[in-house]
Amino acid sequence: MKQGIFQIIEQVPLTDSVMRMRLEGDVSDITASGQFINIKLDGLYLRRPISVYDRDDHSVTIIYKVVGKGTEQMRLMKVGETLDVLTGLGNGYDTAVSGDRPLLLGGGVGVPPLYMLAKQLIAEGKQVSVILGFNTKQEIFCEEDFKALGCHVTVATADGSYGVRGFVTDAMKDIDYTYFYTCGPEPMLKAVYRTSMTEGQFSFEERMGCGFGACMGCSCKTITGYKRICKDGPVMRKEEILWEN
Amino acid sequence: MGKLSVTLCGIEMDNPIIPASGTFGYGYEFAELYDINMLGTFSFKGTTKDPRFGNPTPRIAECYAGMINAVGLQNPGVEKVIAEELPKMRKVFHKKVMANVSGFAVEDYAYTCQRLDACPEVGWLEVNVSCPNVHGGGMSFGTSPEAAAEVVRAVKKVTTKPVIVKLSPNVTDIVAIAKACEAAGADGISLINTMLGMRIDLKTKKPVIANKMGGFSGPAILPIAVRMVYQVSHAVKIPVVGMGGVSTAEDVVEMMLAGATAVEVGAANLIDPFACKTIIEELPRVMEIYKINSLTEIIGGCN
Repeated sequence: MKQGIFQIIEQVPLTDSVMRMRLEGDVSDITASGQFINIKLDGLYLRRPISVYDRDDHSVTIIYKVVGKGTEQMRLMKVGETLDVLTGLGNGYDTAVSGDRPLLLGGGVGVPPLYMLAKQLIAEGKQVSVILGFNTKQEIFCEEDFKALGCHVTVATADGSYGVRGFVTDAMKDIDYTYFYTCGPEPMLKAVYRTSMTEGQFSFEERMGCGFGACMGCSCKTITGYKRICKDGPVMRKEEILWEN
Repeated sequence: MGKLSVTLCGIEMDNPIIPASGTFGYGYEFAELYDINMLGTFSFKGTTKDPRFGNPTPRIAECYAGMINAVGLQNPGVEKVIAEELPKMRKVFHKKVMANVSGFAVEDYAYTCQRLDACPEVGWLEVNVSCPNVHGGGMSFGTSPEAAAEVVRAVKKVTTKPVIVKLSPNVTDIVAIAKACEAAGADGISLINTMLGMRIDLKTKKPVIANKMGGFSGPAILPIAVRMVYQVSHAVKIPVVGMGGVSTAEDVVEMMLAGATAVEVGAANLIDPFACKTIIEELPRVMEIYKINSLTEIIGGCN
């Protein structure tokens, strides 16, 4: 983990409520896809944890949905303004176990952390399939980004306004895969858990206090004991997950 | 003695800064960021006789100038703390540590304290009679002078280490409870624990926190903490450790002027993991501004 001051160098709306922000600063502690950063905002007490979409040598890109005060404040920020950010948080996805045909399933704002993962898997010479789930056509983002990487992309919309009608799990049946990675709302994760035919990794979300393992604010129970979603996660393996309800 | 040093219950500390229990784990997350041996000491995660998962999530809520937590004393239990956590802690922290203890019966407190008394790295026992998160738990001890005193007597019988009683602010008369603890043999008082609070989500019309209520902490509670530290330190002869919303070196000086011998820093660690390091580095500059030669001299300096 590192703390640093980052400058906003890009702020682009992707849909009515989803924004892409690129932050320039010391990104050396972002070592794996699926990690997150924790952003301090003026006038708000707790930092806002946001997953990493991509990084290069000097910047990190996040894609966030405006859902409350913190993200609304982020939306109003301008290029050139600075943010206090903790980077390199969370374990991230492990690509070593993916086999040669990994499947990535993202739902809504669960899509962004899969981008850097897809990039990494492609670089490792794997054949990557991606299913992106959204409620409606208007909410779709990142489809072209995954296509540009060379992934086989399927989009599912709940209302059938684009791509496959239904959920990511409805599009999952037709794909041949060796392993899967997923991130999205909990009902989707549970459906993927039930539908999937292979092992896989899930990225979880929880309200966090610190984001770096100190406060026990985001603990969950797993087969292998209590884990902190921020520090021991957010990525958990299918075989260790214990659904509480 | 350096100009930052203080003596707490007979143990000299390089400075009065103590990360508060539950905001610093067992130190090693923070040791990755800076050398935590620069701290006065730290109070490790609240320990109970048996392992506890704590409350369901969400456990955290945002507030104006603060946060609510309802972690519910998650900890691996005293045996595992001694067998697994303390050896890991020893590798990164070489000073005497403060062991924070909670319980649900007088015997539990005594058992846990007795086990920790045997650990040479433990300098002080901080006995939490105030955690507001657990149903029928610590709360009942901390809200009654008699019950708090009973815990102190039981703990004092099993340890020779200084016993600091951590008090809840969620009481009618904190001075009466502090005095009862002093009379029962407590070596120090620490205060304040979090204040009972609650937030409601307007969209769901439900409490934000799964446990409904939790402990409110952060800069918003500093004035309440300063007031209570002032009241208690004027009513007892034993040292007082002040905490509640402390986030800056100026806050530390204010707490000490109110009567604190040492100062714990809680929620600030979660927002800024370097908070305690920054405070310690800032203290000399702030002391110079206010013409303070030694921190020990200003303890209770406000009359």
